[in-house]
Amino acid sequence: MALVENGGYEDGRFRVSEATARDFVALLKPRVMSLVVFTAFVGLLAAPVTPNPLIAVIAILSIAVGAGASGALNMWYDADIDAVMSRTAGRPVPAGKIQPGEALIFGLVLSGLSVMTLGVLVNWLAASLLAFTIFFYAVVYTMWLKRSTPQNIVIGGAAGAFPPMIGWAAATGSVGLESVILFLIIFLWTPPHFWALALFKREDYARAGIPMMPNVVGAASTRRQIFAYTLVVAPVAVLPWALGFTTAFYGVTSVLLGAGFVYYAWKVFVMNDGDRVMRPAKAMFAYSLLYLFAIFAAYLGDAVYERAAGLAGI
Amino acid sequence: MVTLTEAQRKARRSRSLAIGIALGVLVIVFYVATIAKFGPAILDRAM
Repeated sequence: MALVENGGYEDGRFRVSEATARDFVALLKPRVMSLVVFTAFVGLLAAPVTPNPLIAVIAILSIAVGAGASGALNMWYDADIDAVMSRTAGRPVPAGKIQPGEALIFGLVLSGLSVMTLGVLVNWLAASLLAFTIFFYAVVYTMWLKRSTPQNIVIGGAAGAFPPMIGWAAATGSVGLESVILFLIIFLWTPPHFWALALFKREDYARAGIPMMPNVVGAASTRRQIFAYTLVVAPVAVLPWALGFTTAFYGVTSVLLGAGFVYYAWKVFVMNDGDRVMRPAKAMFAYSLLYLFAIFAAYLGDAVYERAAGLAGI
Repeated sequence: MVTLTEAQRKARRSRSLAIGIALGVLVIVFYVATIAKFGPAILDRAM
């Protein structure tokens, strides 16, 4: 009423939103959310304790909403740089579909709701980890590291690595060595994955003023670091088998997938400096997504098999 | 008095529907979780 009396709508100080539900869903970064849900689900199912299926569904739902909330907070804060990058210019805030304040409130409300739901209905360790993940992604990575250091996605990668640990904590109420290894796999996978993208999107990041590794130390050093990280993550992904947590099925799968990852990283490593098309970097980026999905799918398959075998008394 | 355009009306309807569905899901989640955590005995009330 006050707005109308003050003539707020008429003089253009306020506007009626044209944002649809679809725009708000886009704020949740559904594609990132799907990977978070999948890895959290693997953590939850690989745990030695079988949670009530309904509680498990609620845990995954809460983790998904929490991940989406951190995505919304990221889009609120990064709207200025998203607007100048071709990959992100179409996002709801820079596209003008959603006001920054709306995105902020949406992110904060969903953060509170997801953490409280996970805490009240599942357990407070999982809820604390989820709260820390949201804080780490929105504040430590988005507001601080992303614009200040080329190590941004190395440290910030922890935010994306927590979901399997949250899933594990939701099932067991604790953090086990297996969940730490799952964390490490995603944590060490993040730099080669994002630096492959940063190589062929270099101009985009430069325009936005983000100090991604290729823009700060050059393409040659980035290619070396991609190869080095890949040489580390490939054997780390085999650890669950080496430590006796999984069957040989996972062991063989992770070795083969790791060999493929190293092969693609090698192709990036020997890529020509003058290569403008950067096919090896694009192939590496695509393979890295397949790699992470396949590693976790193999882990899931192994966990399901062991559980079924346990039930059948094999 | 603010007269909404067709696009604004459509967008508002879409947001209202999404909020309604989200609230419905939340009610179901808490109802089901209460039964799952405390068991069916929670429905037994002393008369």
